[in-house]
Amino acid sequence: MASVEFRHVTKTFGSFNAVSDVSFAIGDGEFVCLLGPSGCGKTTSLRMIAGLETPSHGQVLIGGDDVTNLHPKDRQISMVFQDYALYPHMNLADNIAYPLKVRGEPVQKRHGRAREVADVLKIGHLMDRLPSQISGGQQQRTSLARALVYPSRVYLFDEPLSNLDAKLRLEARGFLNHLQRDMGMTAVYVTHDQAEAMALATRIAVMDQGRIVQYAPPIEIYRRPATTFVANFVGNPPMNLVPVEATHGDGQLQLKADGLTLSPLPMSSGIAAALANSKSLTLGIRPEHLAIAEPGTGNAISGTLFANENMGPESLVTIERPDASRLTARIFTDDHIALTDAVTLGFSPEHIHLFDSTGARIPADREQPL
Amino acid sequence: MTAEPTTPVPKPARRFALLSNRAGAVFLTPAGLLVALFVIIPFFWVIFVSFTNRTLLGRTALNPEFVGLANYFALFDPSNFFQRGQFGFSLILTTQFVLASALIGQALLGLLLAWLIQTVPPWIKRLTETFVIAAWILPEVVIGFAWFAFLDRDQGTLNAMLTSVGLPRGDFLLQQPFWVIVVFNTWRGAAFSMMLFNSAFSSIPPSYFQAADVAGASSWQKFKDIALPLIRGHVVTDLILITMWTFNTFTPFLLTNGGPSYRTELLSIYNYRVAFRDFEFGKGAAVGVIIMLVNLAFALIYLTIGRKKRV
Repeated sequence: MASVEFRHVTKTFGSFNAVSDVSFAIGDGEFVCLLGPSGCGKTTSLRMIAGLETPSHGQVLIGGDDVTNLHPKDRQISMVFQDYALYPHMNLADNIAYPLKVRGEPVQKRHGRAREVADVLKIGHLMDRLPSQISGGQQQRTSLARALVYPSRVYLFDEPLSNLDAKLRLEARGFLNHLQRDMGMTAVYVTHDQAEAMALATRIAVMDQGRIVQYAPPIEIYRRPATTFVANFVGNPPMNLVPVEATHGDGQLQLKADGLTLSPLPMSSGIAAALANSKSLTLGIRPEHLAIAEPGTGNAISGTLFANENMGPESLVTIERPDASRLTARIFTDDHIALTDAVTLGFSPEHIHLFDSTGARIPADREQPL
Repeated sequence: MTAEPTTPVPKPARRFALLSNRAGAVFLTPAGLLVALFVIIPFFWVIFVSFTNRTLLGRTALNPEFVGLANYFALFDPSNFFQRGQFGFSLILTTQFVLASALIGQALLGLLLAWLIQTVPPWIKRLTETFVIAAWILPEVVIGFAWFAFLDRDQGTLNAMLTSVGLPRGDFLLQQPFWVIVVFNTWRGAAFSMMLFNSAFSSIPPSYFQAADVAGASSWQKFKDIALPLIRGHVVTDLILITMWTFNTFTPFLLTNGGPSYRTELLSIYNYRVAFRDFEFGKGAAVGVIIMLVNLAFALIYLTIGRKKRV
């Protein structure tokens, strides 16, 4: 196992900047997820760690060694591909043992080792099959076995679960988490699924347009999203964002929006700095922090009922505000609540997030969020 | 919202056909007649003629006699089978020619070139493909004379180049006629194999090679373990096609006329000489039938392998 480091890495394809001046460090034994929408540069970053792409500028380090211009085969890494990249003409034993074959291991020894790994992954009984004769989940585990069969300094995953159906994906996710706890491997995992990143990562790097927007442990990303982009990307459903107008006086902050009743908040230096630029702020609140409330009580936001989706233990209640923006609340399903056309959603002030006019989080004086 | 309500059109229950049987037959007739006139009738005609002593001039031109298998026995006469200018010599020469210029030359060189252009930048790859196709679409006669001009003893480009770097001149067409036609046919046909293998390699998902890269495989290991097994079907097709083409090729005639002293007289050229220069139609037809049988054997091998692949 080894650490990984990016130092001012830029990758351009023609005139397109896939990755722009990205620097970050992954500690030994960390499981880092690169999270972002398609085209944000996460896969390109991963491929630069693998050596399948060469940075236009900057350095890539593995275990402290500069590997920027090293060929993939000389980097001592493993990689699991999105399409698994299993060789259709080889049976599972040969597929899994292939990295040992190119290292010159005798056939007896490498098949023995492949069998050990396959047994751990519960595919040991399929060793004579061809990849086309096994299921998608088994193919995924075969490609994982091929990555685990030889000692590596870093394990790279390129959206390995995206071709599985929902149930298998949950199962595989749990298994990967267990594997990480078991082996303590250094891993870099690319995904666009925020739930996968939250579940697996020790730290998440949220990427947007070739840059890292926030690099922090999952709970930090969830509790203190650095920008509205992160707030909108992480969480299911994502955070509700409401544009508000701010006024202040007497060391107190008053936020105004249609249908919003909010008692004055204490001012902080961060808020004062943000207000110096613009009176328009963005108020963020997570769906799980909203609850059905009586009209006219406490801190609340109201609108007309747009949708009520029952998910079993919980329901997603969506309201539409006069400016056509929507807010979703995630509430425990309760048969006793009769939803009428006008819905008021209540919340407590410690759960609100504030972002300035550029979308950046307004630093809070207190720990939780404001 | 704006779509008009549509009533589903009931589909006719009969099988789909673009034309009625009668119209189809009408369209097929012209092509059928041409094929019959120029392929099927000559096919049986040649088999028939090969059992006669028909010639262009003399008594047997008008009234050829049935001679049974005499023409075939003459071709396989052990007393002169291996002599230059005889059938056996041409058969062995053609076999050597196929081995050297088709299997080793075209296929191996094409495979090597195709593998090499997989790793170069895309614009070099496209440029190479354009040049290769340009060379491939030139007419045979143009190429033949271009090579003739290239190899000429007195005014040839090759000798001019050799002189300019201080190497001795040579009369290649006279001294090394066999290797001249081998190199010529390799040059002529390697493009086809290269393009075929190139498209075969391109159809392999890049992640296969990337996975091998990460696993630590060398370029040779990737070629041997992944690329070659995955394009085996293309290799078989290519080998069969270029073997048949090279076996039947007549173009070397433009360079060497089959000479000097029959040293480059391939079977097709031998066949041409017997039938249309010596005007022994019967014997020429027998050679034609044997060439046909060899081609039939190749075709059967091809069909067998093709059928196996589909299972």
